[in-house]
Order: sequence, then structure tokens, then C-alpha cells
Amino acid sequence: MAQVRELRQQIKSVKSTAKITRAQEMIATSRIVKAQQAVAASKPYADQITQALSALVSHHVGIAHPLLQEQPADTRSAVLIITSDRGFCGAYNANVIREAESLIKALREQGRDPVPYVVGNKGITWYRFRDREVEQTWNGFSDRPAFADAETIGRRLAADFLKTDAEGGVGEIHVVYTEFVSMLTQQVQVRRLMPLEIEERTEGDGGSRALPAYEFEPSAEAALDLLLPNYVESRIFHMLLQSAASFQASVRRAMKSATDNANELLGVYTRQMNQARQAAITQEISEIVGGADALADSGGE
Amino acid sequence: MATLKVGLVSPEREIWSGEAKMVVAQTIEGQLGILPGHAPVLGVLLDGSVVKIEPADGGEAISAMVGSGFFSIAADEVSVLAEQAELGTEIDVSEARQRLQDALSESGDNPEEIATAERRARARLRAAGVDA
Repeated sequence: MAQVRELRQQIKSVKSTAKITRAQEMIATSRIVKAQQAVAASKPYADQITQALSALVSHHVGIAHPLLQEQPADTRSAVLIITSDRGFCGAYNANVIREAESLIKALREQGRDPVPYVVGNKGITWYRFRDREVEQTWNGFSDRPAFADAETIGRRLAADFLKTDAEGGVGEIHVVYTEFVSMLTQQVQVRRLMPLEIEERTEGDGGSRALPAYEFEPSAEAALDLLLPNYVESRIFHMLLQSAASFQASVRRAMKSATDNANELLGVYTRQMNQARQAAITQEISEIVGGADALADSGGE
Repeated sequence: MATLKVGLVSPEREIWSGEAKMVVAQTIEGQLGILPGHAPVLGVLLDGSVVKIEPADGGEAISAMVGSGFFSIAADEVSVLAEQAELGTEIDVSEARQRLQDALSESGDNPEEIATAERRARARLRAAGVDA
């Protein structure tokens, strides 16, 4: 009988775990929608700023700005790693960190000196646990990044980019983040953020349309001074939002498989318990029958 | 009559969009009224100024406070992009007054930052339709 009681206890605890993971899954599902809305809401700004910047650069060929220049003299490279603050998200953070580590290794092989900048508690603890040097960390907003957070990061990175190696600056900036492709697919991406590369865009109707020949108020240089940092911040904001959406999707998937596993376990335990109970009953019956037979045998004499 | 297609956006959301008769924005060099048929311009907004939009349907003019940002005009499309932007109707006047007081009483070692804070506070009040 003891075994039946144990199994009953197990079933109870698995059931309550399943309830929790199920709830987590539901929460994550609703947050994905919110995160996707945030991505969509940030799109007009990102599109406009990209268009304005390409118009500006294509009409002023050769316009120079420190943020656009390669800095071959600086061998330090910043690697911005975007992880989450919370766990319960399957391999989400492990994937980002693995990708970041292979990038860091590749940069070392090229003779550069990579310096990590980390966003999110999970990445911070990973690096701290291994006693690795980290230039700067940010946390507390991975679930719901605000533009101000992207601004803080962007300012710091731009400031470091403009410094030389000796002053603790960097020569280029890479970002490792997770792109939200769909509910089922999220991809870790590695991008070089700075120096900026001006790409000729051909896809979509935005690219085929001739860019307007703008006049600049007060001047093209002043406009570029304002546009470039804003563009960088808007890129970082985009990456933070994509990562947040991917994080929620990973949570949902992890919690869904946890719930599925719990339900499966529940089936196994229930069957075991029934078997144990049935065995006990069978044994009791055979004992009673055996006892009755013995009595009858002795009484019949 | 030709109208302008206007979009007022901040990085986090689209604040207002629609058709308008006229848009007034302020650059570092002065105010700029934009009517349909305007030449393409890309201008830097004065940090802490008011953007006025007169809707094409003859409704009440919309004013919004804008922080650091820029606007672009091309082919009767006006986009105002500001890192901070608030519609006048969304501004809490008493809170805005308080912020102005804070900005005025502030005395730090960065006078430029304080001046910007004050300009923004005043712009918020102006956008809300209160004299500041």
C-alpha cells in the first residue's frame, strides 16, 4: 500500500507543476503578441530614419562623419550580447552566448581584442561566473525595452567608438541578438553595427523610388550629426525588441514542452498507481480466499 | 485641394498620422510653415519645441511637444520623427508645470542640459495650450 501512497503524492506534485508551466505558457503567449506590437509600432520611425539617411548620404557622396569611418588603428572590438533577465526559456540564452563566444574566438584569431558588453542578467552571470572581463552591463529591461534604454546603450557605444584603443575605446562594434522570424523560428544573428555600412537598397518599392533631393535645414552636416546617432539607437532598439519577442517565444516553447512532459509523466504514474492498487486488491482477495479455504478445511473435519 | 500626408512618429509608436492642410515646425533657425507643394526639406527640430498640424478635415489644430528629432518633407509627405513626442491633449498640465518648476530650480554644472529641460517643459505647456 505504501507504494500507492507514494505514487499518489508524485501525481499531485506533477499536476501542480503542470499547472504552473501551463500558466507560464499562457502568459508568454499573450506577451509575444505585445512584443510583436511593439516591433510593429517602432517600424515607421525606423523606416523613416533609414530613408532620410540614405537620401542624405546618396546626395552628398563622400560626406564624412566619424561614425562612418573605419578605424584600422584600433584593434579592440566591442561585442554587444543581448540576453534576457529571466530564465525558463529553453536554449535562448545558451544559443546567444554560444554564438557570441564563437564570434569572440574568430575575432581573436584575426588578431583583434574583443571586449564584451552584455545586456540581461543571464549573460551577466554567465560572464561573471567565469571571471571574464566585461566592459559594461545593462539589465532590467529585457522583457520590455524602452527607447531610452536603447539610447543609453547607443550613447555609450558611440562614445567608445570615437575613442582610441589607449583611451579604452573600440574600433568596431558587433551585436549578437535573436531575430524573431516567426512564432516557431528565432534565429541568433551577428551584425556589425559600427562603422556603419551604407547599403544601396533595392528591395521593395521604397528602394526603386528615386530619393528626393532634400534641402537641409540648417545644413547637411548638422542633419547627419543628428541622424547618425539616432539611426544607431533605432537599430539597437530594433534588436532589443526582436530579442524580447524571441525571448517570449522561447519561454512559450519551453513551457509548452514542460507541460507536455508533465502530462505524459502523469499518464505513466497513473498507470503505475492503478497497477499497484490492483495488485494489492488481488493479493487481498487471494489471501481471503486462501484463509476461507483453510477455515473450511479445518471446520469440515 | 492638395493635402499633406503627415506622420508624427516617435521610436516607440506612431503618435498621429493623417491628412493635413498645414504643418508648422520649428528648426534651430526658426519656424517653418509647410503647405502642400513644398520643396523637399530635411530639417533638424529644435529640441523642446511645438509642432502644429492643421488637419485637412477642418478639425481642431493638433499641437505636440517634440524633443530631439528631425522632419522630412518630400512629395507632399511630411514625417516628423522625434525621440520624445507628446500630443497636447495627452499632457497633464499640473505635472508639466511641476516639471518646469523643477527645471527652473535646477542648478547643475551642465547649463546646456538644464536649458533643454526648461525648453522642453515650456514646450509641453505650450502644446497643452497653456501660456508658459
